[in-house]
Amino acid sequence: MIKTHHLAACALLASLLSFPVLADESAGMIKNSKGQVSIERDGKKMVGVVGTPVLVADRIRTGSDSAVGVTLRDNTLLSTGPNSLIVIEKFVFDSSTQDGKMSIGIRKGTLSVATGKIAKRTPESVDFHTPTSVLGVRGTEFVIEVGAGNDE
Amino acid sequence: MNNRNYALGLGAMLLLAGCASERVVLLPSADGYRSAVVVRDATGELLLDKPYAAASRRVGSNSAYQATPEEVQQRFGAALAAQPMRPNSYILYFEPGGNVLTPESQAVLARMQQEIVERAAAEVMVIGHTDRVGSEQGNDALSKKRAEAVRNLLIDAGVAAEKLEAVGRGERDPLVATEDEVDEPKNRRVEINLR
Repeated sequence: MIKTHHLAACALLASLLSFPVLADESAGMIKNSKGQVSIERDGKKMVGVVGTPVLVADRIRTGSDSAVGVTLRDNTLLSTGPNSLIVIEKFVFDSSTQDGKMSIGIRKGTLSVATGKIAKRTPESVDFHTPTSVLGVRGTEFVIEVGAGNDE
Repeated sequence: MNNRNYALGLGAMLLLAGCASERVVLLPSADGYRSAVVVRDATGELLLDKPYAAASRRVGSNSAYQATPEEVQQRFGAALAAQPMRPNSYILYFEPGGNVLTPESQAVLARMQQEIVERAAAEVMVIGHTDRVGSEQGNDALSKKRAEAVRNLLIDAGVAAEKLEAVGRGERDPLVATEDEVDEPKNRRVEINLR
């Protein structure tokens, strides 16, 4: 079983590396937006307002006195405070089978998380990570802060 | 090391400790279920499994401490205030064998339409289910048909089609477990998830 997962993970990694086009998969939507909120996608920067779709590989950035709230398709709630940068590195969710996986990076600032259906069903396929640490979750609400973080 | 150097060294360490570069705090879960976070880095891992259990990163390693609601509010208040509205679920039930809603469920449908209007950038996932009467394939088709019937009701009620996703789960996910071929009304349903 573990071997299969490992192989599947390698296959997924290989496909992600060779087909960056997969990046335009829908992951969620902005539900709250305050101040300067932007989404960086394919090297372009757009304003993030309520209703803006969030795709796999998007970087979501807030300015000073700003905040953003995003609901992912599996009901995961993500929200950041000011001067924050998060990256939707991986998100796959099949709404029929409810199988999926996700990986979210926080590069700087503050992030609050309430996990959704993927974490409930297969917590091992969910991770959040900071520049130095990886968080594994088990049906969870938590907050993360990255102080002198990475701007990229 | 003389006393002065020692004091300087200690001062520098305290300063470094003061500007912790990373922090993780486990919050009480809204649904009351037990929850936990494991924080791993190159040197090991910390398990946070009680409300406000926290990990703070100083000079290259994570250490555990107990945070407080006040500290969380002070550091994370802005992020928490921006959290989207919690997703909500409704269940609609059907008359046997077809895609006609029971009278009670027609009233629920009206309440749900109101909530869709009130939510910011609402998205709706419609999930159809059946009882165990009939074949699995037949029930897959029926559950999808029920989900699409509700999707169409919502479109008729003015909900934009692109907000709506309809999926059928057949008899795989019963609300009440039964033997095969049992006509169980609670399983003939459509679940609607608003987010």
